[in-house]
Amino acid sequence: MTIDPNAKMPETQNGTEVYNTDPLTVKSHYEIDYIHSYAQDSEFFRALGKKKLMGSRCKKCGYKYATPRGHCMMCGAETEWFELPNEGKVHSFTTCYFGSEEFLPETPFNLVMVEFEGVDSLFMSRLIGASQEDIYVGMKVKAKFKRIQKFSPTDVYFVPAGDK
Amino acid sequence: MKDKSKNVYMVSGGVTKFAKATPEMDFRLRVKKAFDYAMDDINMPLSEIDGSVASYFSDHFQRQLMAGIMVQDYLGLTPKPSKRIEGGGATGGLAFQTGYEEIASGRMDTCAVFGFESMSHVNTWKGNEFIALASDTNFDYPVGGFYTGYYAMMAVRHMHEFGTTVEQLAKVSIKNHKNAKHNPYSQSPMDLTVDMVRNSPMVSYPLTRLDVCTMSDGAAVAILASEEKAFELTDHPVLIKSIGTGTDTMRLSDRPFGKVPLLPNEKESDYRDLKYPGIHSFRAGRTAAIEAYKGAGITDPLEELDVIELHDAYTSSEIQTYEDLGLCKYGEGGKFIEEGKSELNGKVAVNPSGGLLACGHPVGATGIMQSVFMFWQLQHTISKHFKDDYLQVNNAKRGLIHSHAGTGTYVTATVMEAV
Ligand SMILES: [Zn+2]
Repeated sequence: MTIDPNAKMPETQNGTEVYNTDPLTVKSHYEIDYIHSYAQDSEFFRALGKKKLMGSRCKKCGYKYATPRGHCMMCGAETEWFELPNEGKVHSFTTCYFGSEEFLPETPFNLVMVEFEGVDSLFMSRLIGASQEDIYVGMKVKAKFKRIQKFSPTDVYFVPAGDK
Repeated sequence: MKDKSKNVYMVSGGVTKFAKATPEMDFRLRVKKAFDYAMDDINMPLSEIDGSVASYFSDHFQRQLMAGIMVQDYLGLTPKPSKRIEGGGATGGLAFQTGYEEIASGRMDTCAVFGFESMSHVNTWKGNEFIALASDTNFDYPVGGFYTGYYAMMAVRHMHEFGTTVEQLAKVSIKNHKNAKHNPYSQSPMDLTVDMVRNSPMVSYPLTRLDVCTMSDGAAVAILASEEKAFELTDHPVLIKSIGTGTDTMRLSDRPFGKVPLLPNEKESDYRDLKYPGIHSFRAGRTAAIEAYKGAGITDPLEELDVIELHDAYTSSEIQTYEDLGLCKYGEGGKFIEEGKSELNGKVAVNPSGGLLACGHPVGATGIMQSVFMFWQLQHTISKHFKDDYLQVNNAKRGLIHSHAGTGTYVTATVMEAV
């Protein structure tokens, strides 16, 4: 046992960034790496590397999801994977001139909701190769896949399908 | 459901003026100010509060978990019961309804519902990132998560489906910012023109800066009470007649293309070719309205409601909400604003306070703020609290408050009545 009334807490030289003194306002930094599992959605992300866009279909009622989900929202049954067509149509769109901090450097960018023939739900994606004035509801678009897979939903994106 | 439960009243309320940043006060002090305003208005001692509900949306903004109990503690309400309610943009509406349930169940005789959000701790674009995390982080957020972008796609589809115009959207902004000129609690009162709205910076086509509300710091408090207690505390309580809540899929992409759930004033033939809700309308808003109207015995909302405070985070969502609430048929929302039906002296005053567009949207406080403005409207005390009676809706007897989360993921509708 050591009793030391002169004990001193060690100090470091890294300072605190102060924005304002009244009220006292300081910088507080926070950052974290998550171990994020795609779990039952994993197959969708793996398939993008094989240039395949996978949706899911209810084994019981047959409802088809362009954005896959493990279980059906209509009847609760399990779904199975199926490959979506490569071409679809713009169901709706926007061009973002501002955005969340993470995507701010990418602005302006187009977001589209894509509809596929015979599929019951939609798929959200980026559309490139067309500016805001060129995009319209009903426009034909086709899926393209990034060569370097990042295991992100942006491994797939859409471009105008052209006159076909 | 309502039959076996007790009548619930709102007996007082308080709001802090929402602002972009208020670093001189933290969230606890902001709530304390709104709380003291409400308590002092009816000379209610702290000992009369049986418990509370805390309303705030995001732990990210402050990086302070359990902020709800910190407010409970600061107000001097420990060791009384309290819980935190969270549901995105509808957090305030849901918390208000939870307070209602605490009284209706007979558990409490009085309940303080306090809402707050401190969004100024991060910059606007980081804040937008935190808000966008309230979208599916597997499929939606990484694509370019941005709530204004999601709402813009819904607005584009509404325009495609029904012929709604950007000028009609702008008229909502003009109306709400104009009303705000007489609300001392508002943040951006101003006179606007369609050109000014359209020429302000484009955020996400077709929504410009003036079509979108602002992140803010703020707090609001509603004090609720049982019938017996309410009349003990004040001569002018306001009855919370009924509550309604709806939900929808987290992902916009999952919204089905089915049939419109009808209100009593609608027929199936009104919507023969409409695929519903798709991404043009809010099924959760309609679901909430159906439940709330049933509880209040409302069969013709436009005729039976005098004042509405609804969640106009975007001008487009105010127009979509006219339709969800059955103030007009689906597709007629654009015309509804164009014809001035939602003006202060129109058919039904919608957002006489200036709404989220002009007051700001400190998420957890917003739905409670609406309840406080509605309470003052139905109490006919707007002149007392605003020091200006311009916004007092004449003969306001029955009102509805509407709170809305996600892309219409949780929506609440609550009917309040003067007594
Ligand atoms: Zn199914």
